[in-house]
Amino acid sequence: MFAVVQFPGSNDDRDMLFALKSVLGAPSALVWHKAPELPPDTRAVFLPGGFSYGDYLRCGAMARFSPVMAAVKRFADAGGVVLGTCNGFQVLCESGLLPGVLVRNQGLHFVCDFVHVRVEQAVAPFTSRARAGQLLRLPVKHGEGCYFAEAETLRAMEAKGQIVLRYVTPEGDATPAANPNGSLANVAGVRNERGNVFGLMPHPEHAVEPALGGTDGLAILGSVLDAVSAAASAHGAQRSAASGPDFVKVAR
Amino acid sequence: MSEPVVDLALAREHGLTDDEYARVLEILGRVPTLPELGIFSVMWSEHCSYKSSKNYLRALPTEAEHVLQGPGEGAGVVAIGDGLAVIFKIESHNHPSFIEPRQGAATGVGGILRDIFSMGARPIASLDSLRFGPLDDPLHRHLLHGVVDGIGGYGNAVGVATVGGETAFHECYRGNILVNAFNLGIVPADKFWKGNASGLGNPVIYVGSKTGRDGIHGASLLASSEFGEGAEAKRPTVQVGDPFTEKCLIEATLELMKTDCLVGIQDMGAAGLTCSSFEMASRAGTGIEMDLDRVPQRESNMTPYELLLSESQERMLLVVRAGTEERVREIFERWDLDFAVVGRVTGDGRMRIRWHGKTVVEIPVDPVAENAPVYDRPAARPLEQDARQRLDLAAVAVERDPQGALEALLDSPNLGSKAWIYRQYDSLVQGNTVLGPGGDAALVRVKHVGDGPHGPDGTPTRQALAMSVDCNARHCFLDPYQGTLGAVAEAARNVACTGAQPLALTNCLNFGSPEKPEIMWQFAEATRGMGDAAKALGTPVISGNVSFYNETAGRPIHPTPTIAVVGLLEPWDVHAVSHFQVAGLALVLLGETREELGGSEWLAVRRGLEAGLPPKIDLAHERRLHALLAEGVQEGLVRTAHDISAGGLAVALAESTFAGPRGLQVGARVVLEAGVRLDALLFGESAGRVIVATCDEDALLILAKRHGVPATPIGETGGERLVIGPAAGGAAWIDAPVARLHEIWARAIPRRLEGDPQGA
Repeated sequence: MFAVVQFPGSNDDRDMLFALKSVLGAPSALVWHKAPELPPDTRAVFLPGGFSYGDYLRCGAMARFSPVMAAVKRFADAGGVVLGTCNGFQVLCESGLLPGVLVRNQGLHFVCDFVHVRVEQAVAPFTSRARAGQLLRLPVKHGEGCYFAEAETLRAMEAKGQIVLRYVTPEGDATPAANPNGSLANVAGVRNERGNVFGLMPHPEHAVEPALGGTDGLAILGSVLDAVSAAASAHGAQRSAASGPDFVKVAR
Repeated sequence: MSEPVVDLALAREHGLTDDEYARVLEILGRVPTLPELGIFSVMWSEHCSYKSSKNYLRALPTEAEHVLQGPGEGAGVVAIGDGLAVIFKIESHNHPSFIEPRQGAATGVGGILRDIFSMGARPIASLDSLRFGPLDDPLHRHLLHGVVDGIGGYGNAVGVATVGGETAFHECYRGNILVNAFNLGIVPADKFWKGNASGLGNPVIYVGSKTGRDGIHGASLLASSEFGEGAEAKRPTVQVGDPFTEKCLIEATLELMKTDCLVGIQDMGAAGLTCSSFEMASRAGTGIEMDLDRVPQRESNMTPYELLLSESQERMLLVVRAGTEERVREIFERWDLDFAVVGRVTGDGRMRIRWHGKTVVEIPVDPVAENAPVYDRPAARPLEQDARQRLDLAAVAVERDPQGALEALLDSPNLGSKAWIYRQYDSLVQGNTVLGPGGDAALVRVKHVGDGPHGPDGTPTRQALAMSVDCNARHCFLDPYQGTLGAVAEAARNVACTGAQPLALTNCLNFGSPEKPEIMWQFAEATRGMGDAAKALGTPVISGNVSFYNETAGRPIHPTPTIAVVGLLEPWDVHAVSHFQVAGLALVLLGETREELGGSEWLAVRRGLEAGLPPKIDLAHERRLHALLAEGVQEGLVRTAHDISAGGLAVALAESTFAGPRGLQVGARVVLEAGVRLDALLFGESAGRVIVATCDEDALLILAKRHGVPATPIGETGGERLVIGPAAGGAAWIDAPVARLHEIWARAIPRRLEGDPQGA
């Protein structure tokens, strides 16, 4: 099952659920922020966009103290697949599950627009449906999406292939003009070293229907489904009600 | 601190007239207590009682087969088929936004959302209609920044898409901006809720945020009087919004409505606890007994007066079935919202309010809520009206530089791109936005709600709702009747341009002081126009809001009757867009171009004049046009349809060449027969016109003929330039790269904000 965490101020939670369940056909459910544990059959966790607890302090800063985040952390530490979009990305950074931090957009304003991102790493479990270098057209909508990490950290992340998505022009160039929020090195999405936790500012769940923003978001959400299905068929027989996540093959 | 003595002087301070105070004494048979005086003053304020407008509003067409609920409740309800209905309304938050733009605009959004979800609908789309003074005024740049930040800050956090709107700038708003917020929600057609306090002994419950001292007398003092000097001092009357709580309140309220506990519900909006409890009791013919000590309070030592009149945001008043209190409590506590049983429904038709063990209010409900004073205020056509309408076109120099004029118009903040504004709004959340901001109308797909028999919650339907909000206040100033016909016609035309059938309308009537006969005349003319247009176009008035006293230091705004029309499109996947998407399509102009330059943007921008008669509206033609567009879109003949409004044909053509949300820019070559003077041909604002791009010109012309709509082939799409020239041959009037025109248009607002500390 795909678990979509629902903080009280989440507002893309139902959209993520719709994309996973109705469009991709994956069994999925909302998990309340006060839940101390994830459902036992959880195969992947999705932290949706929104304003988790109002985010009057700093986006995602409160969410990391929620009961469900302790469970998500345990799930991720055990190698479980965790994907955070927008506010979910902010929560992952605030919780220390991803390096770096997201600060106020350089232009100061909230920005809602379609952007192009380039897939830098086309690997399971998050981007295996894409080709390396492929451009995806996805919407962003955030006020605090400017990615920042220390130069040292960023270099290491580059070296380890942790920069997964970059903002680019429709021609595929990572220029300042293509960058909607002033993110360092045009970073739009990053993963952890282990490769099982991924955060991105764009909203793949808002690009899953041809007439409503296109279907480029399926390149990401579909990849997670593929990875989980593959893991399930590989482990299926032996793993039954055993605790902990299904281990997904993670590319290094 | 001792309470002030209640007398005529204090009543006057509360905005009551001498007659109204006499009426209070008569109803009570004694001198009111201070909280009672406060209650009368807000309930009888213009804002809450509609005392100056009621006589006119009664005459509006409000009924139709598909209208399930007309004006009178929080918002109107219209059936859309498939077991679903749409609820929508627009409301003003003008004065608070002028005083404190961010919070004023934010709470405007919050208030209209509560009107929608308190009736059981999930809010799915917002629009806004904004008016500011000129952008060379730093104050108005500050106000624009603040209002947009407020609307975005609230709407984005609460998770409801802001899918469109309109913004204009004019000298007349320098002392009084307009912020009108529209929201629309979806509800099962057989399950919408009303503000009804029925069932003797049923508990009255308070949920949401705690009550603080904010917004006291917002309705009576702020919204119901004009600004003079010292508007700053009214800042404490502005409420503070908390979208996070609102988000929780939406979810908890909708959850409650799936149970069988609820009897009636109403938002605590203007005049807070007072207005909601009186209105709920009045509708049900009951009374309410309430204990103020049980009201959740944010601050200590609040007086009954403050508790009753506070306009703290994000609060609801419920009446539930006796015995279900604990189930209701569980729902609201799960969302960490305050919950308190504050009273119960009684049968004696009285409002009895206790505080610290003593009765502080005891008033019969009906005389306050239902029998508020109604005024038939004198109305008189302004003496200057003739002069305003006088325009001798022969004395107005013909445009010698059409391309320069087009560029100047595209650079006008009124016509320039509004992307700077709408990019700050989440227009996508909930995943239903087929057409977002930047086109004629927004188009929003409908999903099922409430696990009805027609489909489980959240599953998509084949229906989409088109919506547009419009008003050309300059036209309304020059002729309030024709101008308002025009506002309805334009909003409906915009909706029809997607292929949708206009269903119904809501309105926000922004005017100056009703105590001036010339303002009442404007109001009378505008409401007459709205009624006539609504009748002729089959779009009944299902909800609305009146905002008077929009003036500062005696200078009223132009009459601004903002109209929002909602239409239905099914199946939604066949629809037209406002932009040219491919080259090689034939362009057809629907409607007729007359020599109409009165009140045009061209006349204002190029000749510095605001005069003449606005374009004449032919409602029968408009209706034929709607039918033609609907059929043309469904037949696949109409791919692009763009309404021609302010700026005329040339500006509309330029807008259609600017890339839509996902395309490349597609130019056009256009040739026109010169039947009228050149500036009227290119920039005149004759109504009832639409530019259509079609793949089958012959079929479209035949269809247009069948519908009785004049149609003229004017060229084709393609290339990277916009070229407009005479059909008779000769040099083009306009010949410019689309990219260049786009740059001017896109920079119209941002270039005027450069250097502002809030960011350009």
